[in-house]
Amino acid sequence: MTDRRPDPEQLLRQVEWEEALRGRATLKVFLGYASGAGKSFRMLDEGRRRKERGEDVVIAAVQSKLSVNVRQMLERFEVIPPLRFDSAEAIDVSAVLRRCPQVCLVDELAHTNPPESRNRQRWQDVEEILKAGISVLTAVNLHHIQEYKEVVQQITGKEVCDTVPKGFLLRAEEIVVVDIPPEQILERLGQLEERERLVMERRLSELREMALLLAAEVVDHQLESYLQAHGAAAPLVAHEKILVCVTPRSNAHTMIASGLRNAQRFHGELIVIYVRQPGLNPEAQAAIESHLAFAREVGARIVILEDPDPIGAILRFARAHGITQIFIGHSLRRNWRTRIVGDPVDRLIRQAEGIDIRIFPH
Amino acid sequence: MADAPRRGRLTIFLGYAAGSGKTYQMLEEAQQLKSKGVDVVIGYFEPHGRKDTIAKAEGLEMMPRRKLEYRGAVFEDMDTEAILRRKPQVCVVDEFAHTNVPGSERTKRWEDVMVLLDAGIDVYTNMNIQHLESLNDQILRITGVRVRETTPDWVLKQADEVVMVDVTPRALLNRLARGVVYAPEKADQALRNFFRESNLAALREIALRQIAHEVNLRQTRIPGLPNHEALSPPTEPQATSSERILVQVTPHASTAALLRRARRVADYLHADCLAAYVRESRSGSARREEQDAVNRHLNFARNLHIDARILEGTDPAKALVAFARANGVTQIFVARPRYTRMNRLLREHLIHRIVRLAPDMQIIIVAT
Repeated sequence: MTDRRPDPEQLLRQVEWEEALRGRATLKVFLGYASGAGKSFRMLDEGRRRKERGEDVVIAAVQSKLSVNVRQMLERFEVIPPLRFDSAEAIDVSAVLRRCPQVCLVDELAHTNPPESRNRQRWQDVEEILKAGISVLTAVNLHHIQEYKEVVQQITGKEVCDTVPKGFLLRAEEIVVVDIPPEQILERLGQLEERERLVMERRLSELREMALLLAAEVVDHQLESYLQAHGAAAPLVAHEKILVCVTPRSNAHTMIASGLRNAQRFHGELIVIYVRQPGLNPEAQAAIESHLAFAREVGARIVILEDPDPIGAILRFARAHGITQIFIGHSLRRNWRTRIVGDPVDRLIRQAEGIDIRIFPH
Repeated sequence: MADAPRRGRLTIFLGYAAGSGKTYQMLEEAQQLKSKGVDVVIGYFEPHGRKDTIAKAEGLEMMPRRKLEYRGAVFEDMDTEAILRRKPQVCVVDEFAHTNVPGSERTKRWEDVMVLLDAGIDVYTNMNIQHLESLNDQILRITGVRVRETTPDWVLKQADEVVMVDVTPRALLNRLARGVVYAPEKADQALRNFFRESNLAALREIALRQIAHEVNLRQTRIPGLPNHEALSPPTEPQATSSERILVQVTPHASTAALLRRARRVADYLHADCLAAYVRESRSGSARREEQDAVNRHLNFARNLHIDARILEGTDPAKALVAFARANGVTQIFVARPRYTRMNRLLREHLIHRIVRLAPDMQIIIVAT
């Protein structure tokens, strides 16, 4: 892999990627799973360190409720006063752009601006600031990610109003999850009755799990773009990717259900692949359609390929996409064909280096 | 009558590389405890010459280390007996995965930590994700480095709380370049190997997912409160899962990786895990090295808390499947055949036979 000669297009992509990184303003997000986890503190602490290293750092937005720790930290920074309206505050974007610092600190990324403001949402303000070449450090709570809104509401029973789209986090150059034991958050809530405490603990735990997985997803996204930019031959495998191969005769329902369970447990991905077989009779055609319908129903990604060499096609796909497990059916009947050209499952086992093969007899 | 002491609480700070700030965050927590009036001491602390970390330890009571002589050199290690005598509420112990100097009472530091917990002392400790046994092969594939100092997964499960110490790879590389983590000559080497940005990102993703898994495992079911399955299915503690895994043990070196992989899958599926070696009765006396290898593998399995057995039989596939069926096994894990000509025929034959004999089970050929 290391001595592979990169093709010119790859080199170009890498150069572009590095240049983009060097010149462009970067977004760094501190993600917490509950208020009181210490996101703002971590953000300010990083701001302080950058300032000490000689970067030009200002604050554009702070929280309304401040802990003593945070208030003490704030005194070290230049603050660009927010615009105050009747209902709420908003970042003074024009003032930030005029001042043009290297780094701007923005707390409460999900804040909704008052109607008089230039942008409806604070994250849109941040987009403008980034476009002007100013790097941003910001903090946000899992509660406020748009895509998690419903689950969070189910868990906490509270309506979430202010949200940030997940896509905004996925484009961040850096994300840090601020993780602390839930007991420390519980302590701050004071005396709780036993059941209430258990329920609260459970809720915090669920939110925490979601925050960690969200951060993992963002990291994976970054990893993929990094590897693409550097033209890595094989993807680095940091999470499980399960490829279920279906044919008309395979025991597809069991295989897909098992794949789904594995993918869920590992928080991995489920892909169902079908390499088209020519000249299927109507019965087989109906079978394959019902297999694929089931795959679609459970939310699997579906890949359909045309290739005269199904095993070769599956192997190529698996290698290119960092598959960690291939699920394949295996007929117990030996027919004349396998006796002459060899068993396709044998070939898969022989050639699928680095990938687990799970055989489902049928 | 004196009650047995309550078992101490174990909190593990988990990072994904040296320099991620595990010790720092752990000491920060200890300082906060102290300010709340908790009786906390540092049982062992490895400063690695890092200024920030050393400053964080200031004002905390530091237990003296024990000196041990080994092969003419003097080594320093944690003095567990002294901590037991001092009996603090909370003890901070750096580097959970550390291997003790030969001749110590216990081989691994985590075993010392267990002693402290048994005495009712709460422990704060830390480790890196690459020390987790079941990830050993995956870490090798990503970094090209075989980590020797490992901790079995069940030890991590003992923790009441596992906390992610997160930092971005870029910040870590910056620290490394500034010589905060390693001395400059060592940093250069570290940068080239373990610390390539893509490696770090992959390790970090693994650590985040591992902690999410640990958090999920520790979620208690509360009657009347729905479980939220949007992101993760609810855990089924105490072996309510119907899955049972059997691993085939052979003298071949790939068995270690096979066991690690099976252990990991079993943990995620909440499945029981068994291992078996089939001793072929007709083959008479097996070669000495093969015997030793098998024993090593069986011991290794037991270290991972896998129930490992020796079966007798003339036909490995038959013996294995019979054992599987008698024990309600649903998945059989075997190693990928090595393709020397002879071997290939034998092993392929074995896999086919297992598939044929166990049409009701899944057969997993592990990429070792």
